[in-house]
Amino acid sequence: METITDTINAVTWHMACYVDDIPEDGGGCAFISGKQIAIFNFSRRGEWYATDNQCPHRQQMAISRGMIGSQGEEPKVACPFHKKTFSLQTGQCLNDDEYRINTFPVMVKENRVYIGL
Amino acid sequence: MKAVSNTRIVVVGNGMVGYKFCEKLLSKKKDGQDFTITVFGEEPRAAYDRVHLSEFFAGKTADDLSMAGIDWYAENGIRLFLSDPVVDIDREEKLVRSHHGHIVYYDYLVMATGSGAFVPSIPGVEKDGVFVYRTIEDLELIQSYAKKARRGAVIGGGLLGLEAAKALLDLGLEEAHVVEFAPRLMPRQIDDAGSRMLQSQLESLGLHIHLSKSTQEIKGDDCIEGMQFADNTFLEVDMLVISAGIRPRDEVAKIAGLETHPRGGIVVNNQLQTSDPFIFAIGECALAHHMIYGLIAPGYEMADVVATMLTGGEKEFLPYDMSTKLKLIGTDVASFGDPFVEEPACRTIRYENKAKGIYKRINVSTDGKTLLGGILVGEAEQYNMLLQTCKNKTILPPDSEDLILGSRGGEEAGAGVMSLPDDALICSCEAVTKGMICHEVGENGHQTVDALKKCCKAGTGCGGCIPMVKDLITGVLKEKGVYVRNVVCEHFDYSRQELMDLVKMNGLKTYGAVLDHHGKGDGCEICKPVVASVLASLWNENILEKDRAVVQDSNDRYLANIQKGGTYSVVPRIPGGEITPEKLIVIGQVAQKYGLYTKITGGQRIDLFGAHLGDLPDIWEELIDAGFESGHAYGKSLRTVKSCVGSTWCRFGVQDSVSFAIEVEDRYKGLRSPHKLKSAVSGCVRECAEAQSKDFGIIATDKGWNLFVCGNGGAKPQHAQLLASDVDKETCLRLIDRFLMFYIKTADPLTRTATWLNKMEGGMNYLKAVVVDDVLGIAEELERDMQNLIDVYKCEWREVVESPELRKRFTHFVNTPIKDPSITFAEMREQKKATEWA
Repeated sequence: METITDTINAVTWHMACYVDDIPEDGGGCAFISGKQIAIFNFSRRGEWYATDNQCPHRQQMAISRGMIGSQGEEPKVACPFHKKTFSLQTGQCLNDDEYRINTFPVMVKENRVYIGL
Repeated sequence: MKAVSNTRIVVVGNGMVGYKFCEKLLSKKKDGQDFTITVFGEEPRAAYDRVHLSEFFAGKTADDLSMAGIDWYAENGIRLFLSDPVVDIDREEKLVRSHHGHIVYYDYLVMATGSGAFVPSIPGVEKDGVFVYRTIEDLELIQSYAKKARRGAVIGGGLLGLEAAKALLDLGLEEAHVVEFAPRLMPRQIDDAGSRMLQSQLESLGLHIHLSKSTQEIKGDDCIEGMQFADNTFLEVDMLVISAGIRPRDEVAKIAGLETHPRGGIVVNNQLQTSDPFIFAIGECALAHHMIYGLIAPGYEMADVVATMLTGGEKEFLPYDMSTKLKLIGTDVASFGDPFVEEPACRTIRYENKAKGIYKRINVSTDGKTLLGGILVGEAEQYNMLLQTCKNKTILPPDSEDLILGSRGGEEAGAGVMSLPDDALICSCEAVTKGMICHEVGENGHQTVDALKKCCKAGTGCGGCIPMVKDLITGVLKEKGVYVRNVVCEHFDYSRQELMDLVKMNGLKTYGAVLDHHGKGDGCEICKPVVASVLASLWNENILEKDRAVVQDSNDRYLANIQKGGTYSVVPRIPGGEITPEKLIVIGQVAQKYGLYTKITGGQRIDLFGAHLGDLPDIWEELIDAGFESGHAYGKSLRTVKSCVGSTWCRFGVQDSVSFAIEVEDRYKGLRSPHKLKSAVSGCVRECAEAQSKDFGIIATDKGWNLFVCGNGGAKPQHAQLLASDVDKETCLRLIDRFLMFYIKTADPLTRTATWLNKMEGGMNYLKAVVVDDVLGIAEELERDMQNLIDVYKCEWREVVESPELRKRFTHFVNTPIKDPSITFAEMREQKKATEWA
């Protein structure tokens, strides 16, 4: 798999997929170095986000299949299992203080989507 | 009483009341006050909700019932000793000694030892298979013993005894008996007539009730084998639960020389002080006003009184109202005020409806002005209002029977919850008054039940007051002139009905367009499926095309039902439940090939579980090739039209119910609506297809068909009501067209037809007037709109299978064709099942 190493910021950018692979205003899941990463193309806001694909509530691999949206200004995603919603910016669960998911930086370059791990 | 700085408080007992005392003491603590709190509990668990103990059998865990975890005590600096009861109190030295030898000094001691089960001294009571019903440990013992028992009995026909008897049935015993010494059930709460009504309700559930029975001996060698009664009768049982009342736990108090009552209970004064002023007693171990208060609300009030005094306030424990309302095995039972007062000391009004299992009694003062008390069995909706009317001595309307019968003149009796005085107690568990709730709603902007729970704890105890809390919220907002609108969410300031009209008028066909025209922000998981449903109900285009895939709810998104573990289930349509052997074979072959678990559904179809996301299009391709279509089991849409075999085979059948069911299912398949739709057709009045539990059900008659609507199974069953009788097929379908379209256009999101009808002003009469008599003049339009939807129906799975573009989205990973490696299954009865939640 193609990677770009950014030594200044200590990030390795992994090529995850092409822009077309992720539906507009929706998500998809990429398999990167043995990890499942949910990637969201928030085209309505012109933003991309990446998070864990696993929901910490019941350990289900499905965040990428969730609906995205906003709460106030905060972009969020809802797990399709029990609708725990998570901030796409911070990963904090917005309707249950107990839960949090990891978020990852996304870079889009020449029609390719890279995730920083 | 003045609290010195750093007061040492020891709480003996960690039950609900002991816990509540700690919570209240912490919340009332003022600046400069400092408490060192030590709690001793006898049980191995920290305080849990004993009121809802029976729910343990319904699947609640010890954690679910817990009041606060051990962490809570640690975080609040409370020392908690579990499995370590206090065994001695030295009042001279002011110290307690525990079973494990801990010695703790106190300034004030709070006895909250509660009560234990009262076990009458019947010979043989020590045998194996005899239990009490008090702690989680007791329930675990009962649960394990019940596995090998067939017949069980409960001694005691009070609240707890009846719950225990129901638990025995739920645990799989074939017979459950209730043996009560008194001539009626729940003798403390209800009268003879109420008891008879309750008894017939319970007997219809399979309980055997024996009244005026005195148990003389428990027979058997080591294990119980039967019960010998004083009237020389005998009952064979394999297990027995004793629930014959409570006995206050006053042993330690006695040893310490505190004054106790000969029949049990630590005697306390109005400040809840025992005969030693530095020792208090609260809850079920305390004898206040010459009685033991065996309910949770007065126990909490006692905790509040002592916590108030120890933090420097003043409060007395006054005689507490023992009114109570509970749901007993599905039957409401309530009593309030003085339920038993008889004429001539009052005027009694009784209402009895044996067919519906309802008994109501109110006792009105002889001058007819105030309510003294009453009893409700079978229906207790009016309980909160009656209780408040009674407590506040509200002047009654001239026709006081309207209080229980409902007014027959159109207007509701009384002016509702807003007419109560401000000091009316709404939440008696947490002592929250109407005035406090109205203040929080009106002045502090806490306008939801959840917000009120947080800010003033109303409704956090037994939850019985929540309907009144909701009415108060609406009442206050109305008084302030706020028009309470039922908007979709923060992104759309419209109700579903308004939004649907706008979308139709402007001919919008994508979510993005609807949001741009009529919404704000970026949408969310609430409005996206609502708009998706509206678009489907208006235009019936494929739900995954344009921008619509990503706004569908979890199941619609992949046209399959997401299951535990992240796999999906597949349900092909089998109209009317009729299927050829050839098609059955195909289903079997597909299930074998893709390793799917198969099960017959409640709706006469076959569900195939455990399909990987990536396999769904291949599975459907094979099913479609064999002539199947989508069953829409994943959608808020028509599910199944169940049928009995009808006149083609059945010797009782009067019409061909299968053919009609297939016709109905084919007509409405793929129809999307605010919630799922179920239907059934029965071939005769025996109703084997259970059409009266459906959103619309059809029952054959000699002359044609009877159409029933707005029935519901599920969590809140409701019988469907007759819309039209003896109509021919064409008329029947026309009425269904109108009914469904009217529902689709006017219901709130995720509202089944039964709830929709319940909320409809004018109810069934109004619905009939619109659908049958066409008083709004919209019948033609409704039929036309329905016909348009039917005309454009296409099997959405066929469209996906045939479209490479749509098919491409059915993969777990976007960058590799492998399946989700985290999915695992377990074996069960030669098939697979999903691995349990982690």
